[in-house]
Amino acid sequence: MKKEWLIYAGILLISLILFFLVPKPISFSPMVSYIIIGLIALVIVFIFVRTIKGRLVDRRTIFVFVGLAVVLPFFMTVKQPIKLSPEVRILFDAVQDLKPGAKVLVSFDYDPPSAPELQPMAEAFFYYCFKRDLKVIIMGLWPQGPQQAELAIQRTRQIPEIAAKNIQYGVDYINLGFQSGNEFVIQRMGGSFKSMFPNDFYGTPYDSLPLADGVTNFSNIEFSFNLSSGYPGTVEWVQVAVDRYGVRLGSGSTAVQAPQVYPYLDSGQLKGLLGGLNGAAEFEKVVGLGGVDGQPGFKQITGILGKGTKFMVSQSAAHVIVLAFIIIGNAAFFLGDRRRKDKNNDKDSDAKKTDASD
Amino acid sequence: MRREIPLLITGIVGIVFILQYFVPHYPFNMLNAWFSDWFSIIAACAIWLGALNLIKISTVKVYRKKAGWGYPVIIIISFLITVVIGFAGGQDFRAGGSGFDWIYRHSYIPLSSTMFALLAFFVASASYRAFRARNFDATLLLLAAFFVMIGRVPVGDAIAGVIHLPESLMPSNIAVWIMNVINAAGQRAIMIGIALGIVSTSLRVILGIERAYLGGD
Repeated sequence: MKKEWLIYAGILLISLILFFLVPKPISFSPMVSYIIIGLIALVIVFIFVRTIKGRLVDRRTIFVFVGLAVVLPFFMTVKQPIKLSPEVRILFDAVQDLKPGAKVLVSFDYDPPSAPELQPMAEAFFYYCFKRDLKVIIMGLWPQGPQQAELAIQRTRQIPEIAAKNIQYGVDYINLGFQSGNEFVIQRMGGSFKSMFPNDFYGTPYDSLPLADGVTNFSNIEFSFNLSSGYPGTVEWVQVAVDRYGVRLGSGSTAVQAPQVYPYLDSGQLKGLLGGLNGAAEFEKVVGLGGVDGQPGFKQITGILGKGTKFMVSQSAAHVIVLAFIIIGNAAFFLGDRRRKDKNNDKDSDAKKTDASD
Repeated sequence: MRREIPLLITGIVGIVFILQYFVPHYPFNMLNAWFSDWFSIIAACAIWLGALNLIKISTVKVYRKKAGWGYPVIIIISFLITVVIGFAGGQDFRAGGSGFDWIYRHSYIPLSSTMFALLAFFVASASYRAFRARNFDATLLLLAAFFVMIGRVPVGDAIAGVIHLPESLMPSNIAVWIMNVINAAGQRAIMIGIALGIVSTSLRVILGIERAYLGGD
């Protein structure tokens, strides 16, 4: 127990020293970044060779590598090309087709644990909506959703391009807040938004909001976008809002949930899908926040790289590390299997020899 | 009567919800609105019930000094601080810069994200131990996982580009094909199965045949 506490205290001390002594922001040059990647690759090859020789990897080693794969890319200046997938293109085209002034309903159905994947989507979506002068109505079927929306709005408003537009609450966007009731909320909104949201996030009556004027139900909404990480989420929006009220819906789902909503994409019930962090990075690229491939990106506009594009380097590294360990694990499995067979064969031949000598 | 009344309520509400889907006119539209509002009210009360139950369980643990009773103490203190600051903030308690907002940003978000981030480590460790090509089925699963994992990150195409793979064999294209064809087909089958199961279970509940939700017969 004492040893554990000493380790925790040591980690805390090192963190504090790094926090106060190391100049911020830390950024490795491309050369240093590639050297680090090369060194990690060499160590993995070394582990692979050790595994072939019969020395298995301890799971703590995997934890260390995953930790490094996630953390180190934050300090690296490695750019990777983001390729646009068809489902992201469909969503972009659907939003691009909206005329300025069109009303877009955005439902935030997630909480902070899913924010690393969904928050970049929300920011990129808001950026594009405000850039194109679309009117945004925010709501949430998860209690923390509207709070996440506020964070996304604040960050989006920091982009000079959007700041110059002087976005006004109540006129350009409203936040209706959270309402309990899951899919029943969606169903009631089909009849009347006001019945489910008599007051907005800040307690302002629905009728006092200029943007809500003339918005009675889904028929007054041109497009809807759902950020989803579970229940209630995209599945419920498709089943109630799309199927029953004919809402045009796009979705941003966590990588875990995305496979579940793919059938709705093929059937045309979903107008586009952003799946996981990769979907967020792709959407950032297409709306001009990616800062790669020579596009006018976030980095050039604000000095801040789009979160999805930035986090994607960590995700790439983590995926490669996990795949490397899956290969190592399979090598250990097959070699172990072969050794067991060899051992059994040896035993059998020994037994036969003994029988023969008897 | 303790059983008959809940059964009656369930039956009536269930039948009304089915009818209002096909006949969205008076009186079914009115009943639908009425029952939906009731559902929202009950769901909101359930949130309070959950919070109070958490406090009750935590208090009992602390009172009886059960193993790990220090954690419930943190729960109770955190709960009380958040509730007091939230109520003290009035109607704008969630506005940017408020005490509640500060707790949300600097305590709730980092703590919940940290807990979720641990998943990455366990997934990596579990993949290392479980993703083995033991037989044909496991090998198929392994290959699908391999291509989706490498195809969903840009580095996959970058590696494939180095070894000059044709466009159709790029990991990103293979991943898209797996998701759109194989995955979608499987998901559809699962969804249809679940839907049929829900229909049959719902009918049993509405007709009063299935009573397990009342506490079991």
